[in-house]
Amino acid sequence: MSIDGKGTSVSDNVLAGLAEIVEEVAGVAADDVTAEKSFVDDLDIDSLSMVEIAVQAEDKFGVKIPDDELANLKTVGDAVKYITANA
Amino acid sequence: MSSNDIEVVITGLGATTPLGGDVTSTWDALLAGKSGVRPLEADWVARFDLPVKIASQLIVDPTEVLPRVEARRLDRSEQVAIVASRQAWADAGHNDDTVEKERLAVIVGTGIGGAITLLTQDDLLETQGLRKVSPLTVPMLMPNGPAAHVGLELKAKAGVHAPVSACASGAEAIAWAFRMIKAGEADVVVAGGAEACITAIPVAGFSQARTMSTRNDEPEKASRPFDVGRDGFVLGEGAGIMVLERRDFAEARGAKIYGRLAGIGTSADGYHITAPDPEGVGQSRAIAAALRSGGIDPADVGHVNCHATSTPVGDVAETVAIRKAIGDHPVLTAPKGALGHLLGAAGAVEAIVTVLSIRDGVVPQTLNLDNLDPAVLLDVVANEPRKIKLDAAVNDSFGFGGHNVALAFTPA
Repeated sequence: MSIDGKGTSVSDNVLAGLAEIVEEVAGVAADDVTAEKSFVDDLDIDSLSMVEIAVQAEDKFGVKIPDDELANLKTVGDAVKYITANA
Repeated sequence: MSSNDIEVVITGLGATTPLGGDVTSTWDALLAGKSGVRPLEADWVARFDLPVKIASQLIVDPTEVLPRVEARRLDRSEQVAIVASRQAWADAGHNDDTVEKERLAVIVGTGIGGAITLLTQDDLLETQGLRKVSPLTVPMLMPNGPAAHVGLELKAKAGVHAPVSACASGAEAIAWAFRMIKAGEADVVVAGGAEACITAIPVAGFSQARTMSTRNDEPEKASRPFDVGRDGFVLGEGAGIMVLERRDFAEARGAKIYGRLAGIGTSADGYHITAPDPEGVGQSRAIAAALRSGGIDPADVGHVNCHATSTPVGDVAETVAIRKAIGDHPVLTAPKGALGHLLGAAGAVEAIVTVLSIRDGVVPQTLNLDNLDPAVLLDVVANEPRKIKLDAAVNDSFGFGGHNVALAFTPA
């Protein structure tokens, strides 16, 4: 895992950025968006909001998230891992 | 209990209008002679050089009342429906346990639906492509959206309906609420109308049909029903919602009762897609049907809260219908002088005004009625509110397409 100049890991940055998007789209406080949380079961995010989150994440991180990949991103951690690996 | 024994009463009111963010402020502003009509500041007015540069715009923006995330998931027409229904539900003293969900229905009409969403999303598609189109586009633009969102919030399971009959939609929703309760299909119905389509294409389309006032230099004087100087309606936005219930159900839970919806009448003109029948035949049939269904003697109708939109033809046709169905004695008012025309919300907001007129024994003045059209042979309240004890009052609503709805209210 790479580390930027401030000692923050790339995946930490992705998590923080993703949390901002989730807060904007679904109103979940960014602090509650943690790796182990399930988007559907824990954060109460519906499939429509997931599409919006994915589009914003694609723009923010310069990554492509095809629908079949999106369906596999059950937890915040899954998404961070996918984005970190594919950005 | 047969349908004739079931009485329908009003237990809660909610509204957000160009005159106020709730029912009380709207009613007070109406009696005070305020106007909701203001200059349109939107950039599209100049961009398309629209002949209409005024509208009756909400005084409290729904996005100031609703949580941010909730607001971004709703079209403006849905936002106002939610705002007004929450007020009405709370005003009625209802909560999650006061009525079985299977006995609770929601009926909210709209004339246009989510026009703003449709246009916004079309712009995004054209300029930025598919990815930027919101996945919420369809639930935001569908005309059953306001009803569906209110129904979902209240978990209403007796039925959720959305009558679409142009400017009669809100009144038709209340008429269907009456029918559902009378038929024993629901004990409580949350019903009304919502509209928010002050955007380029409706303004352009109504302008091209030559139906709107172009009195741009005097916005507050533009809407002037029954006045000789009227030159068209002023587009407005807002929502009105009432809680209707079976009288015995309301009384058993100790609810306050504003008044009774005694009868309803609906009809169609079969005449022209936009013009009213100048003889008012269809309209008078709706009014007569409302009185008949309520067992009301026309002689007891002291007041008609008119649809009168400030168009040259429509206002006079309505008075012909009133004379035919009721007679020459009722005292008229036209709230659109102050409110503008809330299209699918108009009938619901004006039904609320009618209920308050009966409760308080006062008929608001018709704003801007300086010179009564001599073709109007009835007594129209002008200049200031008139105190009058009412045993029965009728609220008219008519829509493009020839839809006619009359609601007959009596005291609690």
